[in-house]
Amino acid sequence: MRAPSRRLVVGGGALTVFFALSVSATGQGKPTVKAPELPGDLRTQPRLDAWIRVGADGRITIFTGKAELGQGLKTAILQIAADELDAPLDQLDLVTADTGLTPNEGVTAGSHSMQDSGAAIRNAAANVRWLLIEAAARRWSAEPQSLATGHGTVRASDGRSLAYGELASGLDLSVDARPAVPPRPRGGGPIGQDVPRVDIPAKLAGGQAYIQDFRPPGMVHARLVRGPSYGTALGEADIAAVRAMPGVIAVVQKGRFLAVVAEGEWQAIQAQQRLQAAPSRSTATRPDDIHSWLLSAPAQVEVILDRGGAEGARTASAAYTRPYLMHGSIGPSCAVAQAKHGELTVWTHSQGVFPLRKAIAQLVGLPPEKVRCRHMEGAGCYGHNGADDAAGDAALIAMAVPGRPVRVQWMRDQEHGWEPLGSAMVARLSASLTPEGRVASWRHDVWSMTHSTRPQEAGRLLAGQEVDPPFQAPPPRPIPMPEGGGDRNAIPLYAFPTARVAYHFVPEMPLRVSALRSLGAHMNVFSIESFVDELALLADEDPVAFRLAHLDDSRAHDVINAAARSFGWQAWRRSHGRGRGFAFARYKNLAAYCAVALELEVEPVTGEVWLGRVVSAVDCGQAINPDGIRNQIEGAIVQSLSWSMLEQVGWDADRRTSFDWSAYPILRFPALPQSVEVEVIDRPTEPFLGVGEAGQGPAAAALANAVADATGKRLRDLPLTAEKVKAAMG
Amino acid sequence: MTTLHLNGAVRSVSSAQDTPLLYVLRDELGLNGAKFGCGLGQCGACTVLLDDRPIFSCVTPLGSVGDRVVTTVEGLGTEAAPGRVQKAFEAEQAAQCGYCIAGMIVRAEALLRKTPKPSERGIRAALAPNLCRCGTHMRILRAVRRAAGTPA
Ligand code: FES
Ligand code: FES
Repeated sequence: MRAPSRRLVVGGGALTVFFALSVSATGQGKPTVKAPELPGDLRTQPRLDAWIRVGADGRITIFTGKAELGQGLKTAILQIAADELDAPLDQLDLVTADTGLTPNEGVTAGSHSMQDSGAAIRNAAANVRWLLIEAAARRWSAEPQSLATGHGTVRASDGRSLAYGELASGLDLSVDARPAVPPRPRGGGPIGQDVPRVDIPAKLAGGQAYIQDFRPPGMVHARLVRGPSYGTALGEADIAAVRAMPGVIAVVQKGRFLAVVAEGEWQAIQAQQRLQAAPSRSTATRPDDIHSWLLSAPAQVEVILDRGGAEGARTASAAYTRPYLMHGSIGPSCAVAQAKHGELTVWTHSQGVFPLRKAIAQLVGLPPEKVRCRHMEGAGCYGHNGADDAAGDAALIAMAVPGRPVRVQWMRDQEHGWEPLGSAMVARLSASLTPEGRVASWRHDVWSMTHSTRPQEAGRLLAGQEVDPPFQAPPPRPIPMPEGGGDRNAIPLYAFPTARVAYHFVPEMPLRVSALRSLGAHMNVFSIESFVDELALLADEDPVAFRLAHLDDSRAHDVINAAARSFGWQAWRRSHGRGRGFAFARYKNLAAYCAVALELEVEPVTGEVWLGRVVSAVDCGQAINPDGIRNQIEGAIVQSLSWSMLEQVGWDADRRTSFDWSAYPILRFPALPQSVEVEVIDRPTEPFLGVGEAGQGPAAAALANAVADATGKRLRDLPLTAEKVKAAMG
Repeated sequence: MTTLHLNGAVRSVSSAQDTPLLYVLRDELGLNGAKFGCGLGQCGACTVLLDDRPIFSCVTPLGSVGDRVVTTVEGLGTEAAPGRVQKAFEAEQAAQCGYCIAGMIVRAEALLRKTPKPSERGIRAALAPNLCRCGTHMRILRAVRRAAGTPA
């Protein structure tokens, strides 16, 4: 263990240390703001032609620096652009995250895409529509205000019309967007419609939909040779024998970095398996009990909320824990790279092609402008998984076999063993109640390792750590509020008169960690919403009414009431072994509102939990695509139930032990809820808010609350496995 | 050379007999539908039909296929002319990342060939070998019910 620096406070004691937080600490890695008056990422890239181009053939191309991750981004962006341009959806083409073509919008993460890119493209499209009107006005010597648009044309009141393509030659989009242009009259466009996702048909019929399906001519297959998990190193491998295996083209060795390249995929795998059979040794120390380690490790402590006031008489306290969780993508990480004429192209499913380009340029020793990173869809990633590492792997190998596109795909045990995990966490909460049963004071302390080690530097790529000499990884830093990392959603939305919240950021990471969908919000909302239920019980009040009594936000009231109503909270009848649970949060206290109510039944002999109906209500402002929102929330709920009922990464002295789906089980069909319903509250006049991660926390807490309701026992340590439920019931 | 009855055609392939069928389909024949997920028979991303039975192509050596008919998701319909299960998945928008979906469709097809009107429990049991990490399960179930014509 390293000695704490002067910024560090041992053991989360009384001393509070504030530290400067730079923007780069968010890991978003965006360029500087040039036009603060503009919405979204127009602020950094105000020029219209960075976002929209109109061809003489009438095709309109939209450029977004965000990436499709299976969240329906492409469809939503197209809806926004088509709506504001007043053009049919099928007249639009879309280019996503590509360092050679699109604006730099940092990372596609944190439910930010609609706020960053959607808002920018909406405004850019309004600007372009207005410039098209002005171009037509010049042709016709008419007043722009007298003209209208519809179906990709500008129309005059006398019936004349010009298609956008006909106006393209007189259109100059090399200008900055203006903050306010006359908007198109509302309504009638694709915004708010359940537009079917544009990417789905190919995915259902075996079309080329993923980077895993990308096969440029002359492509070869590479496999990485590594120890069983992060924090291990492989001993001497028999490289000479492998070079002679059929199909093997090259063995690439740079320091500890080792890869095989073969003509055929199965040939590459066979060679990899042969090399991987070498013995391995551990290069890290892993504490047995990560939660007590977290509480005693050197930490940077920041008080993120300190609202003074009185304490109540009746007090309660509780501690909650979460284990390390895995992203566990169904498709192991993949990348294709090609080095040619002194330039390197990397096709990747990374969430951040621009920061990745920097890291890869450093790794291979090329200037960044000679490296192009192009996003291609992979399997769902749910945060920073192995995608960037695989891109770094492919880049390094491609430099060693120039000319030929090199495809890397990790094996399942590598994905499980090497991906950065979601941090283990501890939260301690205490509160006091007034004689009337209202919360008088509240305290929340949360301990976590970092929630972002996203690469902008070679030292954060596995390949960069393995080459000789290795690149150094910069030390992890906390993500500043209001978004937060481990402290995301640690500040309660409830109007508690006295409240203190402190984040204990532990820079060390015995197991590799980074961003996992919703970061600390899963744990903080689980803890807060579990504890609120414990307090409601103490106050002898219905948990839904107890929540409403402490909230002043009317939108919060609306989602809570909507979820309670569609669940039938009032009329719900208790029976033996059954329980119901409720939970609510506003993601990051600034994005979507989400409430979840669910019921379940506990098998008394085994402790097994059978999920019944799950009902959710969500408000993410103006709903661009309500079915897309339902899809995201349904997915977030089911994924969170899997995390919260089943999942925990294991390790021993030698390695991480969760190396496949048998050692790291996730939810399968027979254990699913009976139903999951999502109600979207559309607010057409409100800005659209990120939604993709809003369900994670509420689903976990609703589960814990329902288990407590069914058994009378409060479980505070995730996951709530059958063994724990059984043990609690005695 | 090995002869393969695949998606209504006869193909001859040169991969070694011990090559898992998945790599023959993807790497030698350039098909996309069957996916590599684990290579261990644990996730179902690679599911294809051997005659009417769903199998994990990642753990099925080419040499064991014999003259049985291999059907991948490509053999069940195309984007322009989707098959009944594909149509149902489209109608229910049953995909997030979609990486698991080809395997789900093939496994659902196998179920419906054997049991045209499956029970809810039967659908869940049949799909149990296939994993989805995006949590698209509820939509997948709706799509299978829709394909079977048994709305919940
Ligand atoms: S890839 Fe075959 S079962 Fe997972
Ligand atoms: S839709 Fe992504 S894994 Fe199933």
